[in-house]
This record gives sequence, C-alpha cells and structure tokens, in this order.
Amino acid sequence: MTTAQLLGQDPGWLIAVKAVMVFAICVLSTLMAVWTERRVLAKMQLRTGPNRVGPAGLLQSLSDGVKLALKEDIIPAAADKVVFIIAPIIATAMCFMSFAVIPMTGVVNLFGRKTALQLTDLPVGVLYILAVTSIGVYGVVLAGWSSGSTYPLLGGLRSSAQVISYEVAMGLSLVAVFIYAGSMSTADIVGSQHQHLWNAIVLFPSFVIYVISMVGETNRAPFDLAEAEGELVGGFHTEYSSLKFALFFLAEYVNIIAVSALASTLFLGGWHALPGLGFTEQWLGGWFTLIWFFAKVNFFFFIFMWLRGSLPRLRYDQFMKFGWKVLIPVSLIWILIVASLRVLQQEGAPRSAILAFAAGVVIIVMAISSLVERNKEKVRSADLPEGEAPNFPVPSLPNVQSINVSGGK
Amino acid sequence: MTTHLDPYASSRETTEGTVFSVTGGDWDSLVSEIGESKEERIIVNMGPQHPSTHGVLRLVLELEGETVTEVRTGIGYLHTGIEKNIEFRNWTQAVTFATRMDYLSPIFNETAYCLAVEKLLGITNDIPERASVIRVMMMELNRISSHMVALGTGALELGAMGPMFFAFRDREIVLDTFEEITGLRMNMAYVRPGGVSQDLPAGMTTKIRDVVKSLRKNFEDNAKLLIGNTIWMKRTEGIGYLDLAGCTTLGITGPVLRSAGLPWDLRKMQPYCGYENYEFEVITADTADVYGRFLVRMAELEQSLRIIEQAADKLDKLEGQPVMVADKKIAWPAQLALGADGLGNSLDHIREIMGSSMESLIHHFKLVTEGFRVPAGQAYATVESPRGELAAHVVSDGGTRPYRVHFREPSFNNLQSTSAMSEGGMVADIIGAVASIDPVMGGVDR
Repeated sequence: MTTAQLLGQDPGWLIAVKAVMVFAICVLSTLMAVWTERRVLAKMQLRTGPNRVGPAGLLQSLSDGVKLALKEDIIPAAADKVVFIIAPIIATAMCFMSFAVIPMTGVVNLFGRKTALQLTDLPVGVLYILAVTSIGVYGVVLAGWSSGSTYPLLGGLRSSAQVISYEVAMGLSLVAVFIYAGSMSTADIVGSQHQHLWNAIVLFPSFVIYVISMVGETNRAPFDLAEAEGELVGGFHTEYSSLKFALFFLAEYVNIIAVSALASTLFLGGWHALPGLGFTEQWLGGWFTLIWFFAKVNFFFFIFMWLRGSLPRLRYDQFMKFGWKVLIPVSLIWILIVASLRVLQQEGAPRSAILAFAAGVVIIVMAISSLVERNKEKVRSADLPEGEAPNFPVPSLPNVQSINVSGGK
Repeated sequence: MTTHLDPYASSRETTEGTVFSVTGGDWDSLVSEIGESKEERIIVNMGPQHPSTHGVLRLVLELEGETVTEVRTGIGYLHTGIEKNIEFRNWTQAVTFATRMDYLSPIFNETAYCLAVEKLLGITNDIPERASVIRVMMMELNRISSHMVALGTGALELGAMGPMFFAFRDREIVLDTFEEITGLRMNMAYVRPGGVSQDLPAGMTTKIRDVVKSLRKNFEDNAKLLIGNTIWMKRTEGIGYLDLAGCTTLGITGPVLRSAGLPWDLRKMQPYCGYENYEFEVITADTADVYGRFLVRMAELEQSLRIIEQAADKLDKLEGQPVMVADKKIAWPAQLALGADGLGNSLDHIREIMGSSMESLIHHFKLVTEGFRVPAGQAYATVESPRGELAAHVVSDGGTRPYRVHFREPSFNNLQSTSAMSEGGMVADIIGAVASIDPVMGGVDR
C-alpha cells in the first residue's frame, strides 16, 4: 500500500488531529529553533546566550513571544491599513501550509489507526510546496509596500526579486530529483531513496544548489539582504511591532524549518534511518522515525546557524548575479546530464557507454572551468584603463621605510 | 527665488553678517528640491539613528534604484561643547574634557593636548623619560583597542557577526589593562600636562608582556575570520575607492591615506614622545579601497605590539624614575597611593602638607584650586591617532585657563570623503566606505 492510499483511509477526525499536530510541531520547533540558534551562535562567539528563563534558558523564546504579543501595536499613519494587517497573515499562513505534504514518520499507530504523520500526499507535492512558498513572498512584498516608508519598500523589493530568482534555481535543482524518483510526491521520493541511494549522494550538484538556494529563499545570512540591519534597518518589517512583527518572526523560522524539512525529504532520505541503522525504524512502534527526521532537519538548521555566525552579507547585485549567472546555468547543465544518463539507462545502453558519456561530461566541464579561470586572469590584468593624470598635486612619496600589505597589486 | 537655499540651514542677514540657523525640519525642502528633477529618484534619510552610521552620523542619500547618486553628510548630533567647556576649566582639568572627544582613543586626545600645553610652558624637554615611555605604551595599547572597534564594527556592518565578538574580546583585554593602570577603562584623564597622573602599579611590565602575548595569538584568529573570505573580498575590494590625489585634496590622514600608498605617519615624520627611539614600520597599501584600509589596520596592530614590547623593556630600565615634571609649580602635587580603603591620596603627602610643610600646603592649595599659569602665546602639537593626524591648537592669554583650545580631529576631516567614496556605488557600499573611514562622532562634533 502506498502512503497516498494509506493516508486516503484517514477519517476526518484523524486529519484534524494531524493538522493540529503539524501546527504544534511548527510552533514548538520555532521556539526551540530560536533558543538553539541563540545558544549555538553564542558558543561560536565567545558568549553564553540566554540561560536565565527556565532550565538552561529553554523558555526564553516563549517569554519573548509573550512580551512581543503584549507590546503596543503601532500602525504608521502613512501605511495602507488593510494590506499592512493582511501581509503578516499571508506570510505566516503560507509557511505552515507548506508543511502539510512533508512526511515526518513512517507507518505509525495514531489513536488506534494505522497511518503516517503526514497530512496529505499530493501527486505534485513538491510543486505544491514551491507554489505555497512563492505566495508567502507576497506577505513580504506587501508588508514592504504598505508600510509607506522607504526602508521597508527597498527591503520588500529586494526580497521579492531575491525570492523569485532563487525559486527558479531551487525549482531547477529539484527537477533532477523528479527525474530520478519518477514522481513529485514527497512520500514516493522518500521511498525511492530508500530503495537506492540518498539523492544527496547521487545528485550531489542538485543537493548543493538546493542548499544554497534555500538560504537565499529564506532571506537568511549571508543572503539576508531584505532585512540587512546594517543598510535597511529592519528591511520589510521595519514598521511592524507587536504581534504582527511576531508573525513575521514566526514565518521566518517556520520557513527555515520547512525548507530544511524539504531538503531532508528530497535529499537525505526523509524519515528513514541512516543506512545500516534500519532496525531503529521499528522502535517505539515506528515513532522513532520522527527522531530521525528531526535529526536531519536540525542538521540543515545547524548549517543556517553556522553560515550566520561566520559570513559577511553579500551585496544585492552580487547576490543576484550569483543566482542568475552561476546557479541557474549550472542547474540547467546538470539537468541535461542527468536526463541524458537516465535516458541512456532506460534505453538499455551498455554500462561502458554510460561511463564513457559521464567521463566525457567531466572532461568538458573541466575544460570549460579552466578556460573561465584563464579568462578571469586576463580580465584582471587588463583591469582599469589608464585614467587621466590627476590634476591635483600629489606629494612625492617620502623616503620612509614602509611595508605594503596589499602586495603591490 | 533667485538665491539658492541651503537645505540644511536657513539664513538671515544681520548687521554682523549672514547668520545661519541649523535646525531640523529640512526634510521638506530637500524632497521638494528633488521633486523638481525629472529623473526618478528617492531620498533616504540614513541616521542619525541608524544601526550602522557610527553613532549619530546622518546621511542623506539620493538613490536611483540601488545606485547612490548623491550623499550628503549631516553632523552635529553629538555636539558636546567640549572645546568651549575647556575654556572655563584650568589647564589640568581640561584633560578630563579632551579625553571624552574621540571616546575610542582617549589617550591620544590627552596626549595631543598635553604636548601642546607643554610646548607653551616650554617644558617639552623636561618631561621625564619614564613618563614619555608610559605615554607611548598607553597610546599603542589604545591604538589596538581603537582598531579593534574599527575592524569589529566594520565587519558587523557588512553583515559578519562573528568577527565583532572576537575583536571586542581583544579590546576587553586592553581596557582591563587600562583599568589596572589608570583606574578607568575609558576617558581616564591619565596623561596630564607635565607627565602622567601616576606611575604604573608594581609588576605591570610583566603583565603587559603577557597581554602582548595573548593579543598576538588572538590576532591570528581574527585574521583567519576575514582575510581571504570570498564574500568579504567581494564586499571590500574596489569599494570606497579614494586615490592619493583624492586623499590629499580632502586632507585625509591615517589608515585611509596610507591605504592610498603614502607612508605618512607622524610617528616617523615628526616624532614626538620619543617615537624615534622605537623600531617599527609604517604600513601602507596601494589598493586605496576598503580592503586596503582593513589590511592596513590589521598590520598596524602587530607594529603596535612591537612598540609596546620595546616600551616595556625601557620601563624596566627606568624603574623608580619620576613620571611627572620636576617643576613643583606645574606638577600635580600628590601621587595617588593604594591604602587599606582603596586608591586615594597618598598618606605621606597628606602628612607632609598638614603636619610639616606650610609651603607644600600653599603649593597644593594654589595648584588644585587655581591651577598653574601658562605664558601667553599659542602652540600646535600633533600626534598620529588611530584615525589620522590629531592636533591640538592651544592659545593662552597668560592665565590659569586656556583662552581657546581647538582640535584638528581626524574623524572630522576624514568624514568629508564619504561622498567621494560612495557616490556611484550601491547603498550597501556606503556602509562599507563609512566603516573604513572609521569616524567617531564624539570626535567629529566635539
């Protein structure tokens, strides 16, 4: 029985229960994520992090949430009131919705019924997630536009351009997964990885592109241009306060968890155990798979924190250039290669032919990259045309022994 | 209207000439001015309350999309009237004010002022060597703490959170040393006309050597965080470009000037406090961009450590020598001493003025209440602060209080390069450019 059929037998009350569970998991993991992020970042930065509220500061984010909710709610005079209020609701609702198709466990027993912890299994599940997250962008754009001030507007514009371009790269990186799994249903993709190898290994380039674009997609460091506090103060949420701000905050973290969950599902075998530890999947009546799933999600979340702790922010134009001129072309070429290999395999080509094709591709890629590298050197040496001589008197360099740290470039 | 309205200050004619009143509320006139042009531009008011405009700097930006077409800087939001206040205090008390101008480099402010006063008093050559060596050591320690803020906050403004904490760890080490020597972490009023306020605590040179050792180790870590980082290079290379001609036109000094290739360092060019007796190198770069300035500051840290080590060796040799000029008419009468109840007036001194010497008591009273007199005239003294040439122009009318003290603050002069550096670039590049100038608004506004 496929997961879709299994879920199809769920009675209405069970679906409602699961919906509540998914919601609770999202909110709870946001609270935990904020705390974890602060503690881990603190460890990376010679600090302690929150350790006062509750054991080891665990309740810090809860108390912060309550504090945010009790704060005065301000709507700026210049704001478009209706849109201003709707924007955070759109952003938050869409994040939660994307969680509906994520398979979090294998077959388990829930209130006496055999089912899986997954709200529904659409045949186009992954496309559904992409669609829902791109609606979430409306929240950010509308928030920026409706605030009626400059910083949010710039932040909103940046964010929309950013998310749209990275959605393209993200979508393309997923195409290879679809080709390989032969399905767009999340449960089927998890199943296909269980039969073969994890997609992270087989489709390594797709995996790398997906991980990069998921950071871009969620507006997180080093791609947090939409809320670059050094430039745009708070970006699109500069004018937001109280619960509306809390909703954006929640949306950001649920979004991170959602893309991490999608990454685990599509590339790291979803709720399945690590290869060789398959016996653990039966523990706790199958519920142990939930732990495996969240271990993988946390692995990605840790990457998010690590990036934030160590990297400076990219500039807007550099970031867009990276998306359009590097990630998207590389994805397209990669899809071409994967598709060709797949067709060769299905047409029953001999193993030697497939290997020869792969070797040829590798050689071509290496040749191109070395050409690009050489071209780069040329451009660098032909840098900056000779400008006019300065018409302001420049002092002759005094006879002082000095060290040139830039290496006389 | 025929005359051009200054958007920042309305003016009216009086019998004494044009009087400008600088007020807020200039926003409407700016916006309407822009509104007349046909191009689509937006104006962004960055600051004075903005996360990365270094305190209360105000930048008024004209943007075309993300490209900056015009930058105007607005200053004066941290004006504290320090120069004016100094005119109402005696020559020694003025140090307490001067130290608060550029709050990241207090020792430099004090030293520049004291060197100028000493020049006026004609006692420049009578300053005890130990005092000069202590001044040099303190200045170099201060240069490290100041550069640590420049590098840390600079990185933070470009979005890198980590380096800030590592830089502040090292700054803390230096500030702790300051506290041990002077009793205060910042604004310590330690350098006084005639010398320094008190000698180093016992065993301080050993501690200083340990500090140098741990700082040197930490600097290696810090360098690893940023040097060679692809994103960091992309954000800094070729950004905030200002070549030598630009620097000299605008009167830029310090790391910004040295990043354009001119090895102009007053410690070498016009040595003061005995800098000619130390071995160190002037650091330059020729990229004239944010990255060059970053490298210059990083490399200057090591040179400062070298000077501190040499100073510590000299201090060991000069152990027990005075740290205040011998002339009792100028030297502050009492040295502080550590008693059972903490640091305070030396009991020996109190015993002397209260019990045995009437003349000492009179001296003490006159110096503390009224202060010493400085011959009429004016003097100008410069030091190389972490931000560039810091100079004090001191005018005396022969009284116990300065007639006028004016500071040439490097932050103020360097800040005018903001537009030259950032116009034509992206919004994000302004942040990098301003961070590389490293202006301290306390120093700009005084």
